[in-house]
Amino acid sequence: MEKDRREFLKIGGISVLGLSALPVFQALAQEKGPRYKPDPKALKGAQWAMIVDMKKCWEQQDKRQCRDCILACHKIHNVPDIPDQKREIKWIWLEEYKHAFPDQAHEYAPEKVKENPFMLLCNHCSNPPCVRVCPTKATFKRKPDGIVMMDFHRCIGCRYCMAGCPYGARSFNWGDPRPYLKPEDINMTYPTRRKGVVEKCTFCYERIDEGLQPACVEACKVKALIFGDITNPNSEVRKILSGHYSLRRKIELGTGPNVYYLI
Amino acid sequence: MYDAKKIVPGILIFVVLFTFPLWSNMGKAAPAPKPELPKTEKVCVMDTAYMKTEHMVLLNQWRDLVVRDANRLWVGPDGKEHFMSLQNSCMKCHSSKVKFCDQCHNYAGVKPYCWQCHIEPKENM
Repeated sequence: MEKDRREFLKIGGISVLGLSALPVFQALAQEKGPRYKPDPKALKGAQWAMIVDMKKCWEQQDKRQCRDCILACHKIHNVPDIPDQKREIKWIWLEEYKHAFPDQAHEYAPEKVKENPFMLLCNHCSNPPCVRVCPTKATFKRKPDGIVMMDFHRCIGCRYCMAGCPYGARSFNWGDPRPYLKPEDINMTYPTRRKGVVEKCTFCYERIDEGLQPACVEACKVKALIFGDITNPNSEVRKILSGHYSLRRKIELGTGPNVYYLI
Repeated sequence: MYDAKKIVPGILIFVVLFTFPLWSNMGKAAPAPKPELPKTEKVCVMDTAYMKTEHMVLLNQWRDLVVRDANRLWVGPDGKEHFMSLQNSCMKCHSSKVKFCDQCHNYAGVKPYCWQCHIEPKENM
């Protein structure tokens, strides 16, 4: 049988196509649906936000030096208690009015506001500068629910994010944090961090993904901390915000902070 | 050849020293690692052959699935759902790092840095 070049090329082409399609076909045939999925109990929201009701908080601070939220957060996340202020690690902390709200603080504010400390944490900004400057995407804004997350595995410790964050919400591990944790207090279900990574509040993503409220919210006995989805008009946070005048930190910077303060 | 009296013994000494690890360990193969498998469970999150060679790949995949994409559950080969977590899932069955992880890691001379952050279970020894 005589074969001309045209026919040879046709058969050759079809054979090559068939051979290259085989592995693709095999890979598709093996797929048995997704091997992973989110926990069905996970809380769902498009942008998590928090309200800090300072009136309720100050009452408790006056009454019993309340630090429940800080203690709960730092215990659950194995945040070390480092006495040296230059090396301290904080996820949620207290700060004076003039430092928390430097753009609006003035000397004639009510004594209560001027003298009592505010409860601060990461603002989980809508437009987070820390995420923009991170060279490894170790810190990123979680798409479905807007949490500004830390992937400690990727952090190279460059501290650009600390320079980028206008709220001082980030702490750097100058050394191994483990010696500063009391062995009996370590939460065995959550990792520690290591030397050379930056850490901050993660809005308890690990609890949200299992259907739990953040640890600080759960720990607050007077409901001074309220957590919810700011994009949902029926959420508790939105109801409170529509009924009360609220403050946010350094809004003129355009970061879109999602922690609101009632005073 | 000049200086053969020095060169030949020199070469001999060099060869002996250079091959020292070979003949000193002759016939003394290090015992194969015997990681202790959990008694309570029979099936892992993937089949044994895959877990033996690719567990580090799977752990990296889990890390990204959990931290970056908010997935928490993994469907095993038997259809059972597993919580994706090194500390809270893997180490619940493989409850001893010394008797499981370290067995092969020490043998192969690898030092994974998982445990710089993740807390290993307390060893009952």
